[in-house]
Amino acid sequence: MEGLLASLQGAIGQGVLWGIMVLGVYITFRLMDIADMTVDGSFALGACVCAVLIVHKQVNPVLALFAAALAGMMAGAVTGILHTVFEIPAILAGILTQISLWSINLRIMGGKSNLPLLKVETLISSFVKKTGLTQAQASMIIGIVIAVIVIVFLYWFFGTEIGSAMRATGNNEDMVRALGVNTKMTKLLALMLSNSLVGLSGALVCQSQKYGDVGSGTGAIVIGLAAIVIGEVLMGRIASFYWKLASVVIGAVIYFAIRAFVLRLGMNANDMKLLSAIIVALALCIPVVLSKYRLEKEYSEGGEEEC
Amino acid sequence: MLTITNVRKTFNKGTINEKKALNGINLHLNPGDFVTIIGGNGAGKSTMLNMIAGVYPIDSGKIVIDGVNISREPEYKRAKYIGRVFQDPMRGTAANMEIQENLAMALRRGKPRTLSWGIKNNEKDYYRDALAQLDLGLQTRMTSKVGLLSGGQRQALTLLMATLQKPKLLLLDEHTAALDPKTAKKVLDLTEKIVTEQNLTALMVTHNMKDAIHIGNRLIMMHEGRIIYDIAGEEKKNLQVEDLLKKFETASGEEFANDRMMLAK
Repeated sequence: MEGLLASLQGAIGQGVLWGIMVLGVYITFRLMDIADMTVDGSFALGACVCAVLIVHKQVNPVLALFAAALAGMMAGAVTGILHTVFEIPAILAGILTQISLWSINLRIMGGKSNLPLLKVETLISSFVKKTGLTQAQASMIIGIVIAVIVIVFLYWFFGTEIGSAMRATGNNEDMVRALGVNTKMTKLLALMLSNSLVGLSGALVCQSQKYGDVGSGTGAIVIGLAAIVIGEVLMGRIASFYWKLASVVIGAVIYFAIRAFVLRLGMNANDMKLLSAIIVALALCIPVVLSKYRLEKEYSEGGEEEC
Repeated sequence: MLTITNVRKTFNKGTINEKKALNGINLHLNPGDFVTIIGGNGAGKSTMLNMIAGVYPIDSGKIVIDGVNISREPEYKRAKYIGRVFQDPMRGTAANMEIQENLAMALRRGKPRTLSWGIKNNEKDYYRDALAQLDLGLQTRMTSKVGLLSGGQRQALTLLMATLQKPKLLLLDEHTAALDPKTAKKVLDLTEKIVTEQNLTALMVTHNMKDAIHIGNRLIMMHEGRIIYDIAGEEKKNLQVEDLLKKFETASGEEFANDRMMLAK
């Protein structure tokens, strides 16, 4: 029982830190209606930039977080420019950036695929030292604080004129263009904002797990989508934007809790990606199947009786 | 107000699907002109409106609004001068956003977007009054999502949004064609009311010849990417649907074989 509790605490800590990445995915996937594949690359980019800055350049861990967010933002800009200026379909543009980031991340790491942060202070280890909490608890508290800051920021930002124009772009591009919004700019901004959060999340996870890894972002987009779907199912159709953003992070926490649980049940960790993909696929399939089933059921050869 | 000089547009140039959509359009509108546009399918009516709005670039020619040459401006920059209502009620509004949010974006048409709040409290009274004028009860549903409205309501809202900040030119592309006759009439009456009250310059594509004759002060007929008939004032008021059909036959050398237009007599 104690082992379960400990692994649950760890899962919540990881979930909140990853939840910041999921907020980024939410911006592109739900608000802008773009499936942005950059995420896998920009998450690892954030982790690599952060690890190298802390280990090799002795940069302050907090500054390293900002640098990672900035790096993610630049990755998003590359995808955004490929998509808007050169009109490459968003999915393909994201894949191109993601693939190129694999090589770039290895370059950043000096050719090594993994860089441990065991001997240096991170934001989380110094917090552990100050408070005497466990690593998992410290991750959780720092994660929650940063997630709240990000949610408040996003709530404000998407209420501004620029943010409204971005939401409207995801809703109805023709309309916002007719109302004088440069939709290329709003899409580019959204991709940059989204990937800066992904990079930030990558750096936080790197500091919490005490290593940077070029492979750490593999499958991040699917985790993000799974977390969004879980959050939406659990929170239902709550209209408030605050709650929608919060449900995204809560979805990530639950995703990692489920993960910890099934791993404890003895599932092979390598099968986790399959499970995530199945969750997302099911969530995307169910509405289609339901509406087909409904159409099938409503059909009658004689037509509706007059009433 | 609006001067179009020798505008041409060919789609799919050099392929088997080549289509000369606009074949040298010349048109001058005076301030306050309310022009109805009729013509068969593929005559270039919608294309002309899209060219003015900047949806596609033109191949050659010049489009000038109020002395400003907008021929090469992108669509979003032209929005400063132009209000638009589309045929599809879904295209003019953002379904997942509130009625007041849609209006707030319309009020900012053509203005640079900043980081100030997207909808200010002191704007809301203005929106409420504007919505009340539509007489659809929308003023009590300002925070409802637009997706909950009917096609007619959405079209009326789009019309309001297009004119919330007075446009130099209003483009109406068969904006009542997707509505049932009763709703279409209501939206059309509203259109006339708004255009008259604000003294707008407007172009309206329609398939209904009666509407084309009764509404506005000028009528143009298009065929194969050209304006083949242009009539205004008293002469237009006295037009009959039969005159238009005859005119079309003599001008184009073809019979007016368009079911929608025949039925709309």
